[in-house]
Amino acid sequence: MTDAPEHMVKSYEQELKRLRTLLTEMGGIVESQVALAAEAIMTLDSAAATRAVEQDPKVDALEREAEQFVIRLLALRQPMAGDLRQIVAALKITGELERIGDYAANVAKRTIVLAQFSLPYSMGGLGHMAQLVQEHLKTIIDAIGESDADKAIEVWRSDQIVDDMYNAIFRELITYMMEDPRNITPCTHLLFIAKNLERIGDHETNIAEMVHYAVKGEVLPDARPKGNSAAYAVVRPKD
Amino acid sequence: MSITMSAAQGSAGFGGMQARSAETINEPRIAIRNLDFFYGSNRALKGVNLDFPDKQVTGMIGPSGCGKSTLLRVLNRMYDLYPGQRATGEVMMDGENIIAPDMDLNALRARVGMVFQKPTPFPMTIYDNIAFGVKLHEKLSKSAMDERVEWSLSRGALWDEVKDRLNSSAMGLSGGQQQRLCIARTIAVRPDVILLDEPTSALDPISTLKIEELIDELKHDFTIVIVTHNMQQAARCADQVAFFYIGEMVEVSPAVQMFTAPRERRTQEYITGRFG
Amino acid sequence: MSATIITAGTVPGPAKDVQAARALGRRRHRVNLVVKVLCVVATIIGLLLLASILFTLLWRGATGLSLAVFTQTTKPPGSNGGLLNAIIGTLIQTGIGTLIGAPIGLMVGTYLAEYGRSSPLANAVRFVSDVLLSAPSILIGLFVYELMVQPFGGFSGIAGCIALAVLVIPIVVRTTEDMLQLISPSLREAAVALGAPKWTVIVHICYRTAKDGIVTGILLAVARIAGETAPLLFTSLGNLNWSISLSQPMASLPVTIYQYAGSAFDDWVQLAWVGALLITVGVLALNIVARFALRARS
Repeated sequence: MTDAPEHMVKSYEQELKRLRTLLTEMGGIVESQVALAAEAIMTLDSAAATRAVEQDPKVDALEREAEQFVIRLLALRQPMAGDLRQIVAALKITGELERIGDYAANVAKRTIVLAQFSLPYSMGGLGHMAQLVQEHLKTIIDAIGESDADKAIEVWRSDQIVDDMYNAIFRELITYMMEDPRNITPCTHLLFIAKNLERIGDHETNIAEMVHYAVKGEVLPDARPKGNSAAYAVVRPKD
Repeated sequence: MSITMSAAQGSAGFGGMQARSAETINEPRIAIRNLDFFYGSNRALKGVNLDFPDKQVTGMIGPSGCGKSTLLRVLNRMYDLYPGQRATGEVMMDGENIIAPDMDLNALRARVGMVFQKPTPFPMTIYDNIAFGVKLHEKLSKSAMDERVEWSLSRGALWDEVKDRLNSSAMGLSGGQQQRLCIARTIAVRPDVILLDEPTSALDPISTLKIEELIDELKHDFTIVIVTHNMQQAARCADQVAFFYIGEMVEVSPAVQMFTAPRERRTQEYITGRFG
Repeated sequence: MSATIITAGTVPGPAKDVQAARALGRRRHRVNLVVKVLCVVATIIGLLLLASILFTLLWRGATGLSLAVFTQTTKPPGSNGGLLNAIIGTLIQTGIGTLIGAPIGLMVGTYLAEYGRSSPLANAVRFVSDVLLSAPSILIGLFVYELMVQPFGGFSGIAGCIALAVLVIPIVVRTTEDMLQLISPSLREAAVALGAPKWTVIVHICYRTAKDGIVTGILLAVARIAGETAPLLFTSLGNLNWSISLSQPMASLPVTIYQYAGSAFDDWVQLAWVGALLITVGVLALNIVARFALRARS
C-alpha cells in the first residue's frame, strides 16, 4: 500500500517501516536456511547442512529484537485499525518464522546423520516436498513484504499438496521399514525429516492466515485444508 | 556519559519476551535538587529531584493537582507574579540557581520559553506577534527581523499557511494555527528550553498530531518539557517521563520503560487506570 | 374519560396522577401569562415616558432652532440672542475636564487592576472611588469652590474644568479596572513568559486588548459631564458675555438653561428649550458613537 498517505508523525512512519524491514530480513535468512536444508536432502552435502544450522542463532536474535520492538510500538504509539493488525500480525509471524528456521536446522542436522547410510531407494519424493515447501515460503515472504492477501490465500490452499505428499512418503517409508530391519534407522530419520517439512508447511499456512488478517481485517475460515491423515494411518503387513 | 536503563522486575513476560529498553538519556540541561514549593502555607511540591536531559523531551504526568504544572512554572519563575507563592531548593541551569532571588527574570525567560494550554495570540498582526518577544531582547534591523520571523514561522510549521498575510491580525487564525503561532513566538527568541503546559488539550486531533510532529522536530535544537494529563501523548512524544503524585515525584524513567515495566507500584496503578 | 393511572414501575414514590399534573400545568400557564402582561405594561410605561420627554424636547426645542442660536452669544431678553458662548463654554470645559480626569482615572484603574489588586490600599482606593462615583455632584462643586474659588477670589473656567474632572475620574477608574480585569491571565502570562517587563505587558498587551472598553468608558464619562449643572454653578458660574478665558467665569449650556428656564422672558425660555435639546442630542450622539465603535471592532 505504498500510495496510502503517510502518518503525520514521521518517526512513527519510520518505525512501522523498520518493523517491515525486520520481518523481511528474518524471512530472508529463514528462506536461505530452508534452501540449504533442501539442497542437503538431495545431495547429502554436509557443508550446506552446517551452514543452515549456523544461521539459526541469527534468526533467534532477530525474533527477540522484533518482539521488543513490537512491545515498544504498542506501548508508545497506541496503533489503531490497520496499524494495529499489522503490528500484532508481525509479532506472531516472527514466532512462526523462528519455528520454521528451527525445523530447517533440524532437517539439516538429520541429513548429516543420513550421509553415513547408503540408501537403496531414491530421495526424490522428499526432495520434491522440500522444493515445494521452499516455494511456498518464498511466496509467503513476498506476501508479507508486499501486503498481498491473494498470495497468502494461495499458500494457504497449497498446503494441501504438501500434506498429501507427506502421507505418501509416510506409507512408503513404513513399507521400507517392514521389508528390511536394517532400513529402520535411516527411514526413521527420513520420517522425521518428512515430518519437519510438513510442519514447516503448517507454519507457512499460519503465516498466511496472519497476513490475510493484517491486510483484509477478516479471518480465514477455520476449516484449513488439512490433508494430513498419517496420524491415523495403520499399515498392516501383508502375509 | 549517558545512562542506559535496563528493565527491572515485574515483567519476565511470556516465552522469554522482555521489554528491555536501551534508551539513551542525555546529560541534564536543568537539574532540580530538593525542590519545595508553597502556595501560602500549603506545600505543593515536596523534595523533588529531577533532571531534564538536554535536547530531549521530558513528559510529566500525574493526576490533577499532583504538582506537575506547578513544577513547570517554577522553571521560568512564573510564580513570581503571584505573592504568597515561593520555592526553596535548587534549580540549576548552566551553573546558576534559577530560583535564587538575584536571578534576572527577563533574561531567564529569554532562555526558558513557555507555551500555554489556551492559545494566546496578542492582539496584533502575525508579524508583530513574533517580533514582540525578539524586540525585548535584541536590536535587529528590519531585514534581520524579517528573517527571524520567517525562520520562527517555518520552524513552527506555520510559514506556508501565513506567509501571504503576515500583516493581518493574529486573531483571525484557527485554534491549531494560533497555538503554532504561540510556539513560533516562543522559539523566535531562541531559548534553550521550551516549556509546554498541556499544549494540545484545547485542540482537535489533527492539530494535536501536527503539534506532536512539531515537537519531534524541535527537540533536535531545544530541550523540551511537556506537562500533559493525556498519558498517551506522553507515550508518543516523550523520551523520558516523570510521574507525579500529590506533590512528590514517584518515578522517572525512559518512556519505553515507564509504559511497559514501571518500577513503582503507584506508577503501574496510575498508568493502567487502577487508581483506587 | 376516566384518568388512566400510569404505574411508576420500580421507581419509588406514588403513582403518576395525570389530572394533578395537568392542573399544575394550567396554573403555570396562567402565571406565565400574568407576568408577561405585567412586563409588557411596564415596558410601555417606560417607553411612553421616554417618548414623551423626547417629544416635548423636540417640539419645544426645534421650534426655537435658528442660525442665531449658533452665532449669537447670550444677550439680554428681547435682543435676539443665541447660545454660542454657552456651547463653546460647554465644549471647552467638557474637553479640558476629560483631558485632566481621564488620564488620572486610567492610571488609577491600571493601578487597581495590575498592581494593587486586593491589597488593603487598593481596596481603600476602590471604595473611595465608588463613593465618589455616586456622590451628589453639588458636593463636588462646593469642594472645588472651597479649593479654587475662595482662595483666588473669583469664579473661573478652570475651576469648572477641575470640578468636571473630579466627576470623570471615578467613572474612568471603574471602567478601566473592569476592562483590564476581563483580560485573561494567560495572555499576561504569555507576555511575561517572553521576558517582557511589567510596564511593557500593561502598555503593549493589556491596553491594546482592552482599548475598546476603556475608550467606551471615557466616552460615557464625557456624556455624563456634558450635562452636569450643579458643580458648574459654584465654579465657573456662567457668563452672559463672550469669554473663553479660563481665569474668568465661563458660560455653559446647563447653567444657561438653569438661568433662562426660570426667567419670565419668553425668548429666554425658548432658548432654554433649545439648549436642552442640544445637550440631549449631543449626549445621544456620543452614546451612539461609543456603541458603534465597540461593535465595529468585535
